[in-house]
Amino acid sequence: MTNNSVEIRDLDLHFGAVKVLQQLNLDIHEGEFLVLLGSSGCGKSTLLNCIAGLLEITDGQIWIKGENVTWAEPSQRGIGMVFQSYALYPQMTVRGNLSFGLRNARVPKDEIERRVSRAAEVLQIGPLLDRKPAALSGGQRQRVAIGRALVRDVDVFLFDEPLSNLDAKLRADLRVELKRLHNQLENTMIYVTHDQVEAMTLADRIAIMKGGKIMQLGTPDEIYNRPQNLYVADFIGSPSMNFIQGKVNGMTFTAGDLSMPLDGYQFSGPQTDGQTATIGIRPEHVITGELVANAPMRTTVNVDIVEPMGSDTLVWADLAGKPFRIRMDGQATVSHGDSLEIGLDLARSSLFDTQSELRL
Amino acid sequence: MANIDALNATGAATASVAPRLSDGPRGPKPKSALSPRNIMLYGTLLIVSIYYLLPLYVMIVTSLKDMAEIRMGNVFSPPVDVTFQPWVKAWAEACTGVNCDGLSRGFWNSVRILIPSVLLSMTIALISGYTLSKWKFKGSEVFFTILLVGAFIPYQVMLYPIVIGLREVGGFMTDIYQGTCGLFTAAEGACRGRVQLFGSLSGLVIVHTIFGLPINVLLFRNYFASIPDELFKAARVDGAGFWGILIRIILPMSLPIIVVSGIIQVTGIWNDFLFGVVYTRAESYPMTVQLNNIVNSVQGIKEYNVNMAATLLTGLVPLVVYFFSGKLFVRGIAAGAVKG
Repeated sequence: MTNNSVEIRDLDLHFGAVKVLQQLNLDIHEGEFLVLLGSSGCGKSTLLNCIAGLLEITDGQIWIKGENVTWAEPSQRGIGMVFQSYALYPQMTVRGNLSFGLRNARVPKDEIERRVSRAAEVLQIGPLLDRKPAALSGGQRQRVAIGRALVRDVDVFLFDEPLSNLDAKLRADLRVELKRLHNQLENTMIYVTHDQVEAMTLADRIAIMKGGKIMQLGTPDEIYNRPQNLYVADFIGSPSMNFIQGKVNGMTFTAGDLSMPLDGYQFSGPQTDGQTATIGIRPEHVITGELVANAPMRTTVNVDIVEPMGSDTLVWADLAGKPFRIRMDGQATVSHGDSLEIGLDLARSSLFDTQSELRL
Repeated sequence: MANIDALNATGAATASVAPRLSDGPRGPKPKSALSPRNIMLYGTLLIVSIYYLLPLYVMIVTSLKDMAEIRMGNVFSPPVDVTFQPWVKAWAEACTGVNCDGLSRGFWNSVRILIPSVLLSMTIALISGYTLSKWKFKGSEVFFTILLVGAFIPYQVMLYPIVIGLREVGGFMTDIYQGTCGLFTAAEGACRGRVQLFGSLSGLVIVHTIFGLPINVLLFRNYFASIPDELFKAARVDGAGFWGILIRIILPMSLPIIVVSGIIQVTGIWNDFLFGVVYTRAESYPMTVQLNNIVNSVQGIKEYNVNMAATLLTGLVPLVVYFFSGKLFVRGIAAGAVKG
């Protein structure tokens, strides 16, 4: 007996000659909030539809709560799903929407009533129960859609970009509410998004997908601080990581006439001298101001463009002949043409093999 | 407080408008109702309406005159003596062949053809359209293409093959009926009955159903394709099956397209002449065929008033349908036409 809620074994999905998902394996723990993150067309929504049973898979197995549900109907899998477009039944009231699944399952009337009012209480949609979806705002609609999964007492919640249709402020509010809901219900939740802020804030673990494969599965901290390959390193973080190509010699990284000490960097394996490598440095990890004096390595760069964003300032500079982004304090006073002294702590950077694109 | 605020706001608004008002008149020049543009527009509309309504007017006034008045030749003049005798004669007394019970026989024949044909073709088309848009199977696109090609084959090409088809299917069903009839009843002579498709109303219903399918499946499929897939997926997660989703989710959203399909089918089948004359016999001719036989009869004098009344009676059903559902019709056409 494992404590896995959802297990995916060697999942293959082909549409004709197109291999949408290939040999995909994924274990999702009981009560975990897992986010599937990736750009459009990476197969994340497809994977969710496979788990829901809305797509017939080509090969492999899906287990939910220790049961093989590979060929089970969506309603028999113990899942509830929330869609991007809400997908509320327009001709039914909110009450009708919430109880539709229960009526299909022939749940007794008083039990339906009890569960609907409980869900309405949890989601604070009690006063809306007799309205039609057309008379609701976007946020209210999304709450009803969540409620539809809630009343069915499912083991696993599936979210397919549930917040993408909402405006920025409402999205931030509902994000917090979702997190609260997860803490309260302690269900397993699988959440598909292309928004890395949603992923980082909500997830217990994130699976970053590309081309039907999982590029890295890990906690938000691991994904951010120790990306396993160039794709993940580039995808996560905004503004994205600076990459410089060069060579590793012992504990030194050289790119052109620039030489950087790698003291403190934790290699994941033994290194060969003179290996071509790419170093990734996050703009927010560049040290500026008074702290530069304590940095392990110092250098001076020329400021090209300054983008003030209020809370912080993005500075485009030039390092080893390449554009180099630096994230500075919002109050920083630099302008085009200035020369800026920066410090780098390469223990916090990421090194990748240029050929295999894997972390060194 | 609120009052003072409101006053202040009004004051400010007036103040900002004042300089503009003092400048003199602003905005586009007001147009007179009798501008050249309006005269052109409404004049054209008027002429076109007269062009289309004049024949109707002539038919109505002629149908209310007696023959003596018609012979005087004033086609456009209103009747001096209004008489409903031509209408009575057209409905109940006019002769076609040996039958002298007027159009009423044809009317009831048409109703007997219309109702099952419309219900059958629409039900099948609705279910097919739903399947082809939301439950795609391997080869469903090919199936749909073949169906579409069916919409473009001229009816005339199919006439004779269908005669043979109906005859053969009828004969086959007769064989089955007579072969198995002893199993159900032992009554004397019960097994001599035949299944008659060619030349009967049921045969014509089958023909109308088949020919109504391509266009109606296309209509329903396109309309259902515009219903988001996510709605359908949500219903599946909620445990609804093929029929549950159709009846409880899709059907309540389909009123506009059902009206469109209904109008197309009702008017199309009611106005049909060719199939009616080919696939039925004299005693079961639909109204349109009987109308033709009354109007084109070569014996005796031409009773123009009766002919006009008969024509108006025949056209009444489509007219009423359009009159009561015009708005829904336009909405449904717009909804079903765009997406593919």
